[in-house]
Amino acid sequence: MASRLDDDQKLPQGRLTALWVLIVLATLLLLFGFWRLQVLDTQHYAELANRNRIRTIPIIAPRGRILDRDGRVLLNNYPSFSVLLDRDSPQVVKADLPEIAAGLGMALPDLRQQIAAAAWLPRYQPLVIKTDASPADVAFVESHRADIPALDLLMVQRRNYPPDDFLAHVLGYVGDVSPKDIAKSQGRYLPGDVVGKSGLEREYNSILMGTDGSRRVVVDSRGIVRGTLGEKPAIPGQSIRLTIDETLQRMAENDLDGKEGAVVALDPQTGGVLAMASRPAFDPNQFAEGISPAQWKSLNDNPEHPLINRAIQAQLAPGSVFKIIMAAAMLQSDVLPSNFTVYCPGSQAFYGRVFHCWDKHGHGRVDLRQAIIHSCDVFFYNVGMRLGIDRISYFASHLGLGRLTGIDLPGEDPGLVPSVAWKKRTFDRPWYPGETISVAIGQGATTVTPLQLAYSIGGIAMGGVFKRPHLLALSGPDPERRFPLSPDTVKVITDAMYGVVNDPGGTAAASRLKGIEFCGKTGSAQVISDQTRSHMAGSKRYMDNAWFVGFAPRQDPQIVVSVLVQGGKEGALAAAPIARDIVQAFYQEKAQRQPQYAKKESNPAVETAQASEN
Amino acid sequence: MKARVHTVDLDWWLIALVAALCCLGLLEVHSATHRAMAGMVWRQMGWVGLGFLALWLLSRLDYQWVLDRAPLLYMLMLGALVIVLVAGHARFGARRWVEIGGIPFQLSEFAKLVIIIVLARFLSEVRTDRLALADLVKVGVLVGVPLVLILLQPDLGTALTLVPITVAGAFLAGIKWRHVLALVVLAGLSLPVAWHFVLKPYQKARITTFLQPEKDPQGSGYQILQSEIAVGSGGLWGKGLGHGSQNQLGFVPVRYSDFILAALGEELGFAGVFFTLLLYAGLFSCLILNARQAKDRAGMYLVGGVAAILAFHVFVNAAMVIGWMPVTGIPLPLVSYGGSATLFVFMALGLVMSVRLRRFVN
Repeated sequence: MASRLDDDQKLPQGRLTALWVLIVLATLLLLFGFWRLQVLDTQHYAELANRNRIRTIPIIAPRGRILDRDGRVLLNNYPSFSVLLDRDSPQVVKADLPEIAAGLGMALPDLRQQIAAAAWLPRYQPLVIKTDASPADVAFVESHRADIPALDLLMVQRRNYPPDDFLAHVLGYVGDVSPKDIAKSQGRYLPGDVVGKSGLEREYNSILMGTDGSRRVVVDSRGIVRGTLGEKPAIPGQSIRLTIDETLQRMAENDLDGKEGAVVALDPQTGGVLAMASRPAFDPNQFAEGISPAQWKSLNDNPEHPLINRAIQAQLAPGSVFKIIMAAAMLQSDVLPSNFTVYCPGSQAFYGRVFHCWDKHGHGRVDLRQAIIHSCDVFFYNVGMRLGIDRISYFASHLGLGRLTGIDLPGEDPGLVPSVAWKKRTFDRPWYPGETISVAIGQGATTVTPLQLAYSIGGIAMGGVFKRPHLLALSGPDPERRFPLSPDTVKVITDAMYGVVNDPGGTAAASRLKGIEFCGKTGSAQVISDQTRSHMAGSKRYMDNAWFVGFAPRQDPQIVVSVLVQGGKEGALAAAPIARDIVQAFYQEKAQRQPQYAKKESNPAVETAQASEN
Repeated sequence: MKARVHTVDLDWWLIALVAALCCLGLLEVHSATHRAMAGMVWRQMGWVGLGFLALWLLSRLDYQWVLDRAPLLYMLMLGALVIVLVAGHARFGARRWVEIGGIPFQLSEFAKLVIIIVLARFLSEVRTDRLALADLVKVGVLVGVPLVLILLQPDLGTALTLVPITVAGAFLAGIKWRHVLALVVLAGLSLPVAWHFVLKPYQKARITTFLQPEKDPQGSGYQILQSEIAVGSGGLWGKGLGHGSQNQLGFVPVRYSDFILAALGEELGFAGVFFTLLLYAGLFSCLILNARQAKDRAGMYLVGGVAAILAFHVFVNAAMVIGWMPVTGIPLPLVSYGGSATLFVFMALGLVMSVRLRRFVN
């Protein structure tokens, strides 16, 4: 053994020192690494650590309810569960996906695609993978809390739109907020928010929506909740009360059932909309549940356009209802004396063309009152010729046509009042005097919406006070626009409109209401010319549109109703009875509302009789 | 020529440093496991006690006597590694474990010890200050055979730890610079071969993840990322023992073992890490000092080998925790939980003590 030790005691001290220096340098280098992480970048990593352990679970604020004028609930919510997927640990999620898809009855590729589409969202934000979960889905999530912690349930209040498409166009519907709206909202909307997409839901979204709250919980690496840090409660959206009267609304919708058309009932004293119906309609629940592309396509391509709110978006020729505007123009301008008369032989030639009265036999000599009651076309041809297009245009637009009424609904259309300037601007052509003759009876280029007609006629009956139509019950003074009409003008017109319904020879005599001063004007507007129609073999699409606009009582009107039935041919037959039903229902309700009648509620027959005596 | 050996002559500075590191380790093992795996800290305490006993026993043993039995130990080691490959227990997908009396042992830990002894014996017998090429090749074969057997288990981490022992030995024996150059070139050339024929898919994944962590931040990169978050969020003073969210909520992977430094960094902060690395630096300084004072070259090679392998463990583990190195499964000596690994360190230090106690004897 000794032989091995001989000159072995001289050790390479220098190399040992080098080894030591190497160790010291490595230690310093590592210390630098830790210093950088723990001192220089600690803020960043502290945030990442918090993001790991803290999960924010949203608490969805319920949207406000929508009530009718008497507080009856028109639109409410129902509690529902959404299934949430926490994506904090994607490798866990990936492994569990097939089981999740099977448990929730979803297609695995769809689920994968859903997750891929949300890849741009921050990962700590849970993803809604299924809305309106069934009891079986809820049971699946609850029973797999331990082995699939990435799944969670979120209680949400979902919109429960009324059945039978009730008030569909007015209420509108909600849907997931679009990226465009998020960008415009300046941080108010977040991805995944449910917002109003149309109708009142959209118009008053900021009132209805409320503010979501959140709960901050601590989770471990497997996603299991270990404790709660804090909770910010949700602020529910506020309810809104409408001027809509549920009874009148139902009446309007029932009467329109199976037809194409619209009904608008206004309180001309306030501008409050008592009823607004448009048919055909759609089921807003389809939208709220997330409409499929196929459903959307079928709604959009439907030739009857169920998505259109005809009350504010159907721009059609007003037909003979326009004669009321003509009458106001004639009486307010001094071009013609108020006792102006015309002899109607059934037709008359103007500018080399024969214009027919709707009654081939003619009306004989008629004054303004008779002309309105019998809706004599020849009389108004003459009035129109003498007033000229510019005067007609001036009065029509000041009486509320050709411009937005300003109702609190998105998407209102303005209609059109033609004028010389309009023709020049649009077609770069001069106005031909012959066109004025057509305009005088509400044909030609003139278009109106049912809402505009109710607004305009109501304003005229009010003596030139045009209350802005609104659906929301307002607490302050009602916004209005005035275009004063002389009391004589108003009296002549309202008396004549009373005659339309109440004179035995009036065009709407069949819709007379006993004990109610129901006034109105019928109209039927051509959609296409007579020659073209003869080729169409009587297709409903191209039959005349039936109009009726009525109000009651004769002075100080309480209600004005505008009815459009497309293809209804005659206003007196198709439209006037609907208006009559609504006015009648309005008076019945009014009687019930009066305290002195309240005691006798048990006997509806008595009530009706008393209402009739008003 | 029988040496007189006194226990009082042990390196008490070194023992104090070892004790301090063990205490730190026990604290953090407790903090990391007391919720889910209570009882681990007691077992580790048992291993530490056993370790001190082994240290004392080995210090009594003459290292020359051990070196004389190097060939026998080498053959036993090769035999044991083959047995493990054939009949070992599979844990975490690798056959590394054998049960001795019902207690699982990781034999490759003891292989490290044997390699240190065998190299010390071989290099001291070469008796030169300029390592010849033939001897260098012999060193390569001596280390290469067990290294391949360990790689087959597969245990990349332990296999890699054989490298610093060899490098340190060759360096202290006076390797020639042109041989160093040749070895570096050879290693560079063999890398692609190793990539295709030696490494398992999960090992490759760890390395690609390390090189491109952004490529798969949720899969293999998750461990390193979570470790970095734990360390970084600890800040200067830490979140307090038992209060690290990354540690307590289970975001730090194997937080009681390979990533215990991440847990420690989170809960005790940079201050705690600084203190820990300071203790290690002190420990290594003690080891180098003992190597300097060794009676002969064989003793120096023994102590140098121990210093090299322990330093390698510490540096690779710490670098992994802060994302500077791929995940290799190399624990932090004396601090990480683990029976075989702890026992190995104490036995290696026992050999060092054996060299120390005999430094003045002639």
